[in-house]
Order: sequence, then C-alpha cells, then structure tokens
Amino acid sequence: MIKKLAMMLLAASLAAGSSTLLAQSVSSSLRGPAPLNEEGPAPPMQPTKNTAEKEVRNYPEQPPVIPHSIDGYQVDMQGNKCLSCHARARTAESKAPMLSITHFMDRDGQFLASVSPRRYFCTQCHVSQSTATPPVSNDFVDIDTVLSHDKPGAKR
Amino acid sequence: MSSADIPQGTGTPAPEKRLGLVRRAWQFVLDLIDVLLKPSSIFGLGVLVLAGFVAGVIFWGGFNTALEITNTEKFCTGCHEMKDNVFAELKTTVHFSNRSGVRASCPDCHVPHNWTDKIARKMQASKEVWGHLFGSINTREKFTDRRLELALHEWARFKANDSLECRNCHSAQSMDITKQSPRAVEAHQRFLFTGEKTCIDCHKGIAHHLPDMRGVPGWQ
Repeated sequence: MIKKLAMMLLAASLAAGSSTLLAQSVSSSLRGPAPLNEEGPAPPMQPTKNTAEKEVRNYPEQPPVIPHSIDGYQVDMQGNKCLSCHARARTAESKAPMLSITHFMDRDGQFLASVSPRRYFCTQCHVSQSTATPPVSNDFVDIDTVLSHDKPGAKR
Repeated sequence: MSSADIPQGTGTPAPEKRLGLVRRAWQFVLDLIDVLLKPSSIFGLGVLVLAGFVAGVIFWGGFNTALEITNTEKFCTGCHEMKDNVFAELKTTVHFSNRSGVRASCPDCHVPHNWTDKIARKMQASKEVWGHLFGSINTREKFTDRRLELALHEWARFKANDSLECRNCHSAQSMDITKQSPRAVEAHQRFLFTGEKTCIDCHKGIAHHLPDMRGVPGWQ
C-alpha cells in the first residue's frame, strides 16, 4: 500500500516537473525564445560570400576556404566542376589557384599522375563561407600573434 | 528443280489478284483527278473560295495548336523517361525555382522559337517517339548509360546555334555586369563579350546532371 502510494507520488512529481520544464523558455541560448518543446522559426538563410578574394589561412595546415559561391556545382563520379577552373591544365585560362601537389599524393606519400581519389571531393575540406554573423564570438589568435608575445618588449 | 517449281506454281495466282487491286486503285485515282480538274457545276466560285479559306484556317490553326500542345512542360513530362530523369533533375536547379519566379520549361531551352527551326526540331524529335515506343531509355540505368550521347547532341546543337535558346532570355546586351560577382564579370568580359566562347562552353550541367565528363573539353 505504501509502495503504491510512493509510486503514485513519484509519477505525479515527475509529471509536474516535466510540465514546468517544458513550459520554460530559455531566451539566452542559440535556439532563441522558443520553448523547449516547440520548434522556433528557422532563421533566414544568409547568402554565400562571393567576393572571390583570397582569404588568409588561420594556420598553415588549414585547407583554404572557398571565397565564392558554389551553388549547383556537381562534384561526383561523373565530373568535378571545381576542377574546370582549379585543375593544373585549366589555371592559365581561369586564373584560379591550382590545387596543390598534396592532392596528387596517395596515403603513402607517392605522387600520382592526376588527382588522388581521396582528395577528389573538394567540399570534404574546402567550404564556401556564409555572410551570417556568428552567434558565438571566437577569440582564436593565430600562432604569429602567440609567438610575438615572447619577443622582448612585446605586450604579454 | 521440282522444289523450285512448287513455289512458282503457288505464287502465280497471287500477283494476278494484287494486280487487280492495284488497277482498281489506279482507276480510282484517275477518276479523282478527273473530278478535281472539272469545273464545279453545283457550287459557285465564291462558295468554293470561301470554303477553301475556312478549311485552310481550320487546318492551319489545328496544326499549330497541336504543335503547341507538344511544346508544353506537361506534354514533355507525360512520359516517364522525361519525368523521372531529366525533369526530376531540373527541379533542383535555378531554372526551375528562383527568387524572381521565372521558370524555364522544357521547350524554352530544347525547341527553337523560330518557326522553320521549330518544325525541323520537331521532325528530329520523332526519333524520341521511336525511342519511347521501343524503350531505349526506359530504365534509369539505360538512361545513364546513354546520357553522354544524348548530352553531346544537345551541346552540339547549342554550340552550332551560338546558344540561341539561352539568349532568348539572357542577352549579352542587357547583362549588367556590375550586378555580377567578380568572377562572373571577368569571365563574361573575356569570353562572352568577345565572342570567344558561347554560353554552353562554360555552363554545362546547369539544368540537368552531367554525364561522364572524361574527355569533354574543359573537364577532367
């Protein structure tokens, strides 16, 4: 009897707790003022950065970002639209940067005659950039800034 | 020898019968020509001219109306080869849905607007009816196998007419390059305005998926 009562109490408190939780609105989070049990309106899509101006890499190993729109570019078994401009033989006409020699290497570091299959799908590493303002700020500093702190007279 | 004689013997009555049919048909044609050449003794000249005019309007209008019905997106996507392959692919592209709400439907790009060119293209398209009846691309696999061949036909046509169907909507004269991205400005100034290249040279695969592009100029 006591056990049953305890179970009922537990169930009632759980129900009450979950309803208060669901009714809560968390306005500080990225999801906006929408309650947790509802889907808020989707934010508008922002256009892709399309200036075609080369962007500085944040660290040497970073795959360069794509400074232009790539809407509708087909990259699959049939063809690779990116290579229409960035392939070695196409760069004279297109003035686009050639994809680096690392793209010709297989995983043992051997150079192949053409683009290695593992480097064929460009957007696995290279991405176009949105014009949206980031919802979370970023305090990343690059290695040059970090190293300059060590120089005599530099601000620490 | 005897075996050769037998078919000859059985064959001889048949040509006679056929000759009779041919002769009767020929007689009918001769009679018809006779009637057509004789002046009418019942209808007046005005009635005949008017009737001919009305019949001409009906035939010509009917012909063009029927032709225009075959020039609609609904007609083109009436067969599953088009609906499930090329039309399905078109739906994801900018030529199907875009910010200004203008849609290019099948004939806008694939049928010339000029009348004689249109008739020529329509006659060519009878090959496509043949292909439909005999199921030359009635599965996705058969279609993808022949996609390069089909695409090459269209590319050759666009190249030969200087991308006429593109230019029905996109003209170099009314293209405001200050509204374009820097890459587009550069490419259009260098290749389009100088006439060095035509639209299809760079803009392949903008409305449908690409075939195997190995060996196609400008592709890897």
